[in-house]
Amino acid sequence: MTSYLLKRLLIGALTLVVASIVVFSVLEILPGDPARLMLGLNASEATVQVLREQMGLNQPILLRYLDWAGGLLTLDFGKSYTYSVPVAELVAERVVVSLPLALMALFLSTVIAIPVGVFSAQRRGSAADTLSMGAAQIGVAIPNFWFALILIYIFAVWLRLVPAGGFPGWNAGLWPASKALILPAVALALPQAAILARVTRSALLEVLGEDYIRTARAKGMPRSHVLWRHALRNAMIPVLTILGLQFAFLLAGTIIIENVFYLPGLGRLIFQAITQRDLIVVESVVMLLVATVIVVNLLVDLSYAIVDPRLRIRQ
Amino acid sequence: MSLLEIENLSLKIGETPILRDIDLSIDAGEVMGLVGESGSGKSMTALTVMQLLPNAARAEGRVSFDGIDILAATEDRMCQLRGDDIGMVFQEPMTALNPVKTIGEQVAEGIRWHTGASRADAEERARQILDRVGLPEQKFPLSRYPHQLSGGQRQRVVIAIACALKPKLLIADEPTTALDVVLQAQILELLRDLVDENRMGLLLISHDLAVVTQMADRITILRHGEVMETGETALTLSKQAHPYTRQLALASTHVPERRVFALPLAGRVWAEPTGGGGDEALDPSQTEHSSRPPPRPAELADPPLKGEGKGAPLLDVQNISRAYPGQRLSMFRKAEAFRAVDDVSFSISPGQSTALVGRSGCGKSTLARMILALDRPTGGAIRFMGETLTGKDEATLKPARRNMQVVFQDPYGSFNPRHKVERLVSEPLHLLEKQPSAAERREMVAAALREVGLRADDMDKYPHEFSGGQRQRLSIARAIITRPKLVVADEPVSALDVSIRAQILDLFADLNQRLGVAYLFITHDLTVARAITDDVMIMHEGKIVERGPTGEVLDHPQSEAAKALVAAAPDLHRAIARRLQEQG
Repeated sequence: MTSYLLKRLLIGALTLVVASIVVFSVLEILPGDPARLMLGLNASEATVQVLREQMGLNQPILLRYLDWAGGLLTLDFGKSYTYSVPVAELVAERVVVSLPLALMALFLSTVIAIPVGVFSAQRRGSAADTLSMGAAQIGVAIPNFWFALILIYIFAVWLRLVPAGGFPGWNAGLWPASKALILPAVALALPQAAILARVTRSALLEVLGEDYIRTARAKGMPRSHVLWRHALRNAMIPVLTILGLQFAFLLAGTIIIENVFYLPGLGRLIFQAITQRDLIVVESVVMLLVATVIVVNLLVDLSYAIVDPRLRIRQ
Repeated sequence: MSLLEIENLSLKIGETPILRDIDLSIDAGEVMGLVGESGSGKSMTALTVMQLLPNAARAEGRVSFDGIDILAATEDRMCQLRGDDIGMVFQEPMTALNPVKTIGEQVAEGIRWHTGASRADAEERARQILDRVGLPEQKFPLSRYPHQLSGGQRQRVVIAIACALKPKLLIADEPTTALDVVLQAQILELLRDLVDENRMGLLLISHDLAVVTQMADRITILRHGEVMETGETALTLSKQAHPYTRQLALASTHVPERRVFALPLAGRVWAEPTGGGGDEALDPSQTEHSSRPPPRPAELADPPLKGEGKGAPLLDVQNISRAYPGQRLSMFRKAEAFRAVDDVSFSISPGQSTALVGRSGCGKSTLARMILALDRPTGGAIRFMGETLTGKDEATLKPARRNMQVVFQDPYGSFNPRHKVERLVSEPLHLLEKQPSAAERREMVAAALREVGLRADDMDKYPHEFSGGQRQRLSIARAIITRPKLVVADEPVSALDVSIRAQILDLFADLNQRLGVAYLFITHDLTVARAITDDVMIMHEGKIVERGPTGEVLDHPQSEAAKALVAAAPDLHRAIARRLQEQG
């Protein structure tokens, strides 16, 4: 087990190195000079050159890469060009919004999707199945910002239960802050839940055709018992795979939802940083996301082994 | 009143009739054999009794078990019966157990469900029944997962689940079809004992007439969803009153007519030089029922193909081994390497048909893969038509591959379903030195199809348009299209019904004769080995332990492994004879 873990960690580290090279080079190729952007259009060539020198932009590319990558290793992400504050600080500020949001959305999508998937699989071919899978189809098809607008209209404008947007900060108290995250979490969770419900249903249906399900039925177990006790756990592998992918998406792929709800999250930070050519911020946040995805994938792989004893490493 | 009574049972799935007017009854302590080819409705009859039919199935008639009207019983009532009063064992032990639950959990689950016993009590009972079926706790603790057990051991767990609550009726649907003959004999013996211990009724479903004859007191023969004949086993099979019964019995023991190959081997070889003992199977009172063809006249024995020197073997395998590295026990220690094939040597002459027989896991398939140059040996050398195969790259192997083709077991899995027959059968043609034109290619495919008894215009069809037997003909057509000198056939008939198996064996015999193809026939079925091969090699734990003319070796096995195989192999005539003898 330990050697397996070590191997996986090593592969993860290698992936990070490769990712850092790719991220760094892609952003280097992009047009636009950060120094000129910071100084504005009217700045003289000499001033720009001075700033470039200060920012280290005139150094050879390899040196700048090593400098940056070395900084990452010591958790020194450098300083934002536009905000002039350490990138770590900026990221920390945003993570406290994005991470709870992602976790909430993930939780919601799971608790909606799995029961719906099980419900549908149990009634395969019935009207209830067709209806819930039709709803899921719509859920996959409709963009989440549109859901978000509908949710704002119903719950914020009409019922006035939650704020329509903005984030008061965790200092304002647990409830007001969470309240501000409820609608965005629901808006994010619904399309994800729709996908996950479909995956759960099809994985379950496949498992329900297996021989061991018949064995369990021949033992005298009623259908529902067989479904929950025998089928669901066997159907978890594809569900876990999708969950892992969704978490990565929910953490960073929320630019639109963060904009709709005016939330200061990671997605918006990247978006702003890109438009302002704040390369150092973009690079650091992307690397952080890459690291998160690697860790989440590792956790998913480990959870496979918990679900399925055949995947446990033999002693 | 019988334990189980089925009267006028008809079954439809959707609009398709599956069963028509089935009558069948089983008494307590009785073994009823249900025989028929695939698609004859054997399993559907069993699933009707269990009420585990597909949703679209509609049953009519009367099924009564122990006075309970099964067809009218509610699902709740059936849940009480299943696993408690009626147990069921299935064909495929590899998939019949839930892979994520321990065997203890799976056996105890039914016990707890039906008796309401506490977890500890249920586990204690699970321990007892597992011990009874031959999985003692010291070696097989309840915490084992199915993947940690072999096929035979898993089938024992399935039997333990079915018999944990001493059911009145046990339904066993092809319980040994997926197992090798030695395991089959063990499992059948276990079932027999359980029937005797608990006066259980047993409905034994099988396509193997010999197995059923060994086991069943009475037999019901099914075809196309209808009962052809039913009656006392030995009587039914010795009289063979119904034409279909006769047809089945003939097909099960079918031996294709073929000329005996002039054996190049001087005599017999076996690894354990034990004193040869006579085989009771040759007792004249038992062989008189045999329909084995009389010894063939000597003048039929032809010399091997012209042109090839008699001394030059087609295939020459020398001291070949294949070791798999052991699992890493820790950072610095590895388990000893597993030798799947261990220092094997033999040769095959042109036109000779050789059987490679052994239990599952003995290394037969690994050896075949190395001969086909699909796997590299870790030691030794293979020479084919005088050329060394070992250590060559694909380009230089081409001529050898052209002369050496393969037929696999599963006629369903060995074709790409999206390709037409023309493309599938012509696949090996890329091995030819000169690529044929499109027209030539079609001509060659047509010839190959005719050779195996299919029509030339079948080449524009897709594999799903063919039956299992026809698909196996397609595999053979694919194998012979390059006019190979050697065909390696890996259990080529074990997935087929007996009547189709007989046809395919005839085809193999015919091609051997007409085209002079040599065979390496890998099989665990001694009847097949006897029917189609001149020579047999018995393989055991990676070694060839005995070798010689097929009839001689199988009649007088010398090595322990060969003796075990022969003793375990079901034989229809012997089984009938024994039954008749028992009844006097």
